[in-house]
Amino acid sequence: MTYTWNWGIFFEPSPEGAGTYADMLLSGLAWTVATALCSWIIAFALGSVVGVMRTLPSRAANAVGAAYVEGFRNVPLLVQMFLWYFVLPELLPRDLGTAVKQMPDAPFYTAVLCLGFFTAARVAEQVRAGLRSLPRGQTQAALALGLTRAQTYRHVLLPNAYRIILPPLTSEFLNNLKNTSVALTIGLLELTARARAMQEFSFQVFEAFTAATLLYVALNLVVIAGATLLERRVAVPGGR
Amino acid sequence: MFGQFDLSVIRDALPYLFAQGMVFTLTLTALAASGGLVLGTGLALLRLSGVPGLTHAAKLYVELMRALPLVLVIFWFYFLVPYLGAWAIGSDTPIQVGAFASALVTFTLFEAAYFSEIVRAGIQSIPKGQGAAARALGMSPAQAMRLVVLPQAMRNMLPLLLTQTIVLFQDTSLVYVLSLTDFLGAASKVAQRDGRLVEMYLFAALVYFAICFAASLLVRRLQARTAIVR
Amino acid sequence: MHLSHALLLAALAISAATAPARAQELSGTLKKVKDTGAITIGYRDASVPFSYLDGNQKPVGYAFEICLKVADAVKAHLKRDTLEVRLNPVTSATRIPLIANGTIDLECGSTTNNADRQRQAAFTNTHFLTATRFVAKREKGLDKTDDLKGRTVVSTSGTTNIRQINEINTARGLGMRILPAKDHAEAFLMVETGRADAFVMDDVLLAALVAGSKTPEAYAISSEAQSRPEPYGIMLRKDDPAFKAVVDAATAALYKSPEGRALYEKWFTQPIPPRGINLKLPMSEAMQKVFANPSDSPDPAAY
Repeated sequence: MTYTWNWGIFFEPSPEGAGTYADMLLSGLAWTVATALCSWIIAFALGSVVGVMRTLPSRAANAVGAAYVEGFRNVPLLVQMFLWYFVLPELLPRDLGTAVKQMPDAPFYTAVLCLGFFTAARVAEQVRAGLRSLPRGQTQAALALGLTRAQTYRHVLLPNAYRIILPPLTSEFLNNLKNTSVALTIGLLELTARARAMQEFSFQVFEAFTAATLLYVALNLVVIAGATLLERRVAVPGGR
Repeated sequence: MFGQFDLSVIRDALPYLFAQGMVFTLTLTALAASGGLVLGTGLALLRLSGVPGLTHAAKLYVELMRALPLVLVIFWFYFLVPYLGAWAIGSDTPIQVGAFASALVTFTLFEAAYFSEIVRAGIQSIPKGQGAAARALGMSPAQAMRLVVLPQAMRNMLPLLLTQTIVLFQDTSLVYVLSLTDFLGAASKVAQRDGRLVEMYLFAALVYFAICFAASLLVRRLQARTAIVR
Repeated sequence: MHLSHALLLAALAISAATAPARAQELSGTLKKVKDTGAITIGYRDASVPFSYLDGNQKPVGYAFEICLKVADAVKAHLKRDTLEVRLNPVTSATRIPLIANGTIDLECGSTTNNADRQRQAAFTNTHFLTATRFVAKREKGLDKTDDLKGRTVVSTSGTTNIRQINEINTARGLGMRILPAKDHAEAFLMVETGRADAFVMDDVLLAALVAGSKTPEAYAISSEAQSRPEPYGIMLRKDDPAFKAVVDAATAALYKSPEGRALYEKWFTQPIPPRGINLKLPMSEAMQKVFANPSDSPDPAAY
């Protein structure tokens, strides 16, 4: 076999001159986390709105919500990434399109938007399922007490639904975290991209990928631990 | 910059896009889904076997795969498979594995983790009494699993398995990172060659949407029909 | 002490004398090729005119044809009637691992032969010389390295060029944002669509991309180079001297023959597929020397 191991490689300076290979991977980790968190904010907010729309009595709201979910769920994420990055600026007015393209860190903003809209469709399905699982009496009781429909969702239905769907939301959060790696195709320097760059510069394929693997596993563990804490924190006393 | 929409670009590229790209995508999806289901069922059985070493090994594998981004796994296996192959057959030089075979191994191993979770939930959804009754009738544990539990479990989880296959179909587009010519790879090669990104990527999105949407509607109808009445 | 030296020398002399005989007992790549009856060539998507896909999406190119000649030489060496030539696409980022892990036997493209890479792979005789430069839209007026200060620059991941531009960026404190692209076509596309200001690459590849673009007159290649002219070589697995000897002999014979010259002219001074563009790059003096005295040296100073 022609492969020579060299685990000391992480402490050798990277050719980018800004530190060691380990620093290179950690900067990738930082971009991964930043992208995942920013896109999650969009996904959670938009997903909640769309999920609520799908449970409203209005047919129009339902149709819009359903169209959103089907649209974003049935096109591969990578294709959506290309649509946002390569196609959208060409469809905008010329000056605006140019401005968008010359934005510094365009891959980051594009990835955040793309992942946010993509994951929102999946969050919406969870929110809808959570709301559907609540007994109808809750809505009726709230409305009978004189709450408006908005107040009913805000104070009664959503707080209950979010508690129920916390586990599936956690796994959507993890999916979103992993999906950030797709953004390497549009030039985002996230963890997988950095591991690959390290492999290219140092030729140490397996060391680079092992390190990235461990970092992803560590991220997963942190998120799961965080979700468990959150679950305990928000549990309704006496419930289950 | 790209001028007006030019549909002739798409028309001229159709034979290439479908005869080469889509065939690659569909073959990869079908083979990886079958392989993933077989391996996934095996993993699920190991996990439910109750044998400490096996249960933990299967759990570790599934959890590890599910913790990693598919893109990273694709790179891992693309470089690793030839070494694994050499190790498996005891050769001292890495064996040659073609790009398609490598992608197939990657997706099979990756999807097996996801399929195994579905299968495990499916098996657990069958009341324990069924297995016990089968054993009481004199069946071996293997027979009870094969003849009584799995057929019902499969029926319950069929919609989920098919939905996961649709996800797999979409995920195969990620072989783009290896420059393989799947449907998206073919579309992007034409797009870059002719400078027609808008048309080609929108067309690719439309084709994926049509196929996945139609498939998910079918799954929903199937789900309504096969649901076991309790 | 002296005696042992003498013995060692004698042993070396004997082993050298018997080397050709032992080469008959095949090992490494030659053995594999003989056993499987197939040789696998790695080709590139878009390294015009070295190795790229033509209008029918079939690999063609200058380096690709050299590899086909090498495959013929291997077939003759093994005294086979037929040898299947398998093709496998590679990118700048995947080519070295794929050579090392046995997926491909020959990498035909535009791979710079340098000392760093010699630790991972072997190279046969140089088939081209090229320096690093950048291309930008003419209207942006970028010509010197310093003009890139604060700009967004793209290069292909896994190339020596992205490494050089990273080093220059740090050394001169230019504050460029450097994006990696999957291949040359994607990188050029970033400049074409305005996603990046400049694309840093081997000048010959840039010239080919510009010539093949829709508006060649809209682009300018920098007058200042970011590296000395460096050699391109076809890559093989390292530590496989028997295979390398066959490949070296085949390429040396080809380059010295009129056929080598004709091959060069076919791809650099005549219209090439898919669109009949002529790169108009007649053979430089340095290239003529390379063809007259084939060399696999990774040192730019040797040329």
